[in-house]
Amino acid sequence: MDDPHADRRPPAQRLVHPWLLCIAILIAGIVLLPVISLATVALTGSGEDWPHLIRNVLPGATTTTLGLLAMVAVGTAVAGVISAWLVVAFDFPFRRTMSWALVLPLAVPPYLAAYAFAEFFHYSGPVQSLVRAVFGFETIRDYWFPDVRSTGGAALVLTSVLYPYVYLTTRVVLLMQGRNIGDVARTLGARPAKVFLRVLLPVTRPAIIAGVALVLMETINDIGASEYLGVRTLTFAVYSTWLNRGSLEGGAQVALIILVLVFALLMLEQHSRKRQRFHNSRGTQIKAHHPRIPLHGRRGWTALGVTLSPVLLGFGIPLFVFGQYASRRIEQFATPELGAAFLTSVATSAVTAVLTVSLALVLVNAVRVARSGGMTALVRLASVGYALPGGILGLGLILVLTRFDNGLDALMRVEFGVSTGLLVSGSAAAVILGCTIRFLALAEGAVRSGLDKLPPHLDEAARSLGKSPTASATTVLLPLLKPAILTALVLVFVDTVKELSATILLRPFGFGTLATYVYEQASRGAPEDGAAAALVIILTAMAPVILLSGALMRDREASM
Amino acid sequence: MRLNRLAQLAAFAAAGVASTAALAEGTVNVYTYRQPELIKPVLDAFTKETGIATQVLFLDKGLEERIASEGENSPADVIMTVDISRLTAAKEKGITQPLVDDVVNKNISAEYRDPEGHWFGLTKRARVIYASKDRVTQTEITYAELADPKWKGKICMRSGQHDYNLALFSAAIDHWGPEKTEEWMKGLKANLAKKPDGGDRPQAGAIAAGECDIAIGNTYYVGLMRNNEKDPKDKQWGNAINVLFPTFTETGGTHVNVSGAALAKHAPNKDNAVKLIEFLSGHEAQQIYAEKNYEYPVEPGLEPSSTVKEFGELKADTLSLADIAKNRKAASEMVDRVGLDDGPSS
Repeated sequence: MDDPHADRRPPAQRLVHPWLLCIAILIAGIVLLPVISLATVALTGSGEDWPHLIRNVLPGATTTTLGLLAMVAVGTAVAGVISAWLVVAFDFPFRRTMSWALVLPLAVPPYLAAYAFAEFFHYSGPVQSLVRAVFGFETIRDYWFPDVRSTGGAALVLTSVLYPYVYLTTRVVLLMQGRNIGDVARTLGARPAKVFLRVLLPVTRPAIIAGVALVLMETINDIGASEYLGVRTLTFAVYSTWLNRGSLEGGAQVALIILVLVFALLMLEQHSRKRQRFHNSRGTQIKAHHPRIPLHGRRGWTALGVTLSPVLLGFGIPLFVFGQYASRRIEQFATPELGAAFLTSVATSAVTAVLTVSLALVLVNAVRVARSGGMTALVRLASVGYALPGGILGLGLILVLTRFDNGLDALMRVEFGVSTGLLVSGSAAAVILGCTIRFLALAEGAVRSGLDKLPPHLDEAARSLGKSPTASATTVLLPLLKPAILTALVLVFVDTVKELSATILLRPFGFGTLATYVYEQASRGAPEDGAAAALVIILTAMAPVILLSGALMRDREASM
Repeated sequence: MRLNRLAQLAAFAAAGVASTAALAEGTVNVYTYRQPELIKPVLDAFTKETGIATQVLFLDKGLEERIASEGENSPADVIMTVDISRLTAAKEKGITQPLVDDVVNKNISAEYRDPEGHWFGLTKRARVIYASKDRVTQTEITYAELADPKWKGKICMRSGQHDYNLALFSAAIDHWGPEKTEEWMKGLKANLAKKPDGGDRPQAGAIAAGECDIAIGNTYYVGLMRNNEKDPKDKQWGNAINVLFPTFTETGGTHVNVSGAALAKHAPNKDNAVKLIEFLSGHEAQQIYAEKNYEYPVEPGLEPSSTVKEFGELKADTLSLADIAKNRKAASEMVDRVGLDDGPSS
């Protein structure tokens, strides 16, 4: 009903798929399970933690969190939008390479980036060593150097690895709409900077907000990077209330505050989508060849420098730091544990990606068919798993799953004399379910924006030619959605490879991913010992990221 | 329960995880907060001696909650963790069972185990002062002295909310009372060189870099750093510091925490679990702990490694571990109230 195209679709579809709606509601329900479970835990709390929380914890944690969010939002927006604009609108040396290299930092988990930044900018790291050598300083007391271990430092780390979300969403819009609008403005005599500020920025605003919303949800759920850098966010408060003061209820209550923040973000994102019209009814318009504005000499190299710097920060520094450590531990690459962890990671991530994207397709299609506010709200609600801290989501899920398993076990014992044990919670299914719940929002967002980009009358045409909604969806929409589906698959795959805190809590015996392997090594206080595995994570996630860039190129052609 | 195991096996297989070892006879399942790398040498020695295979599940946050929610179907046999508060929390959550075992009781002196047999300390780790070899001439220090203004801008430490620091503060509360401890913590905060962050090891790095003169840390990190053949940087950090053993009172001892084990309440392989705990408390395991991890063995009379002996003589505080665990919540709230983690400025 909030959909701007709603009135243009045949109302008859509403009644067609009761089973589809049931499945969609079921999916949304499952996704909400850990949240409901947490809320239940929170409700059993007495509230005795609150005087302490309100007086000593929440003001600081809220300020820190909001400050971090604000800095990361501005940082990723600036880095993402400027780099997207440069690679789309201009031609400069290595532009084609940069257009996919800009996505690479997505392959780096924030907790690894935090460690790499801390090492890189540490007193004994290359940067400060260079500073001392150049200026002849003897000790740290002779000069001032900004500390990565601060809220600003954490914002820099998170910005460096998360800006690709903004880059991706913005670039698509710029490719699809920006240039021809920009061309009109330019033919009217506007200079590129003015075109950018006055024409392109407003047009891309919804895409920027959608990208930033993803970034902020990742920022909220992060615990590894901020904890390592000594930044006390609300998520840190959840853990310290739960673990250090022994109050799971209090921790769950703080987690609910985080959820409120997330709802605000989701509403912002949804509001931005209302104004977002990616699709273009006359495809030929964009098909026209648009020459990029060539940048020569100093300006060209400046453009390269500007696009290169976020890649060097978010990808170069981690690669440098872990590469250096790993080079001294070549034998680590040959350990059977690393091989097993690699296979487990790839298999788990692949299964999770396929499952998550399938569920997202069902949900998105249900919203499209049902066009009811209730359904839309339900699907929105199903996105909150993305912003819940992984460990908290994992805990909420394990409480539900074990209850289910033990209930089933008791029932089976009584009825059939057979014990089913920990059917779900004691197997890899728990990990896959956890990651699916966590990343459904990512897949759903990618699929939905792909669908939004298609002219609505495409499948209406198929319908008018007598195809059933299912047939029109599978024969007309699905092939056109292929780039969006590939994007969703890659995003979920990469995030599952990186996922740590939910996996570590939900996994069964003998189940180790690359991320848990690194963590096992790193949490002994010597992250260098996990360097080989860290490098393998980055490389494993890098391959599909490059694939994704290829998909984006095709995406552009497919939608033209 | 045979059927139970068969069904579990089917369930594992169905989920695509061939986790057969967990279900075969002659296994013991360990849920651990301790990093697998650290306990692997000891577990390998156990398997070699007894033929019993071990399966390890490492998880740090939520270990107790997971076992509690798994209930009777939990595959956990032995719980291994660091920090006394976590051992007592396991007991309070009802996920352990008492074990009265002559072998274990003989190996571990009474102050390092639960009177009712719910948990056993396996290694001791002293919380000491790392002091710059270049800039600190003092060879003795008290914990109280950390609040002395003469250290202003010279102390580094990890987060006050970390297990190791919370246990130290809990001990202080027991010795000095909450008011005096809070005053002391304010003084400590004022003396910090920078905001608490990182682990214990980077604090030694900060001393080596000249950012601070003293830091609070556990002993075994120094052993690990000084013997690290892979990283010259680590060796340099470890060798830049002296270890000083602080005390709460003039005549008292240094704060000591434990890593330990407990028998899970519903242990499906209870006999093997008992064998494992006996083995962990025994001479061979204690020696491995001492030599490979640079921890202090709980076995009376067993010497620590030569690196650790260089630190000097450890005289442990006599405060009971159970008393330390009781003050944890108060200590955690105090850290928030004082704003210790905000660092010296605010």
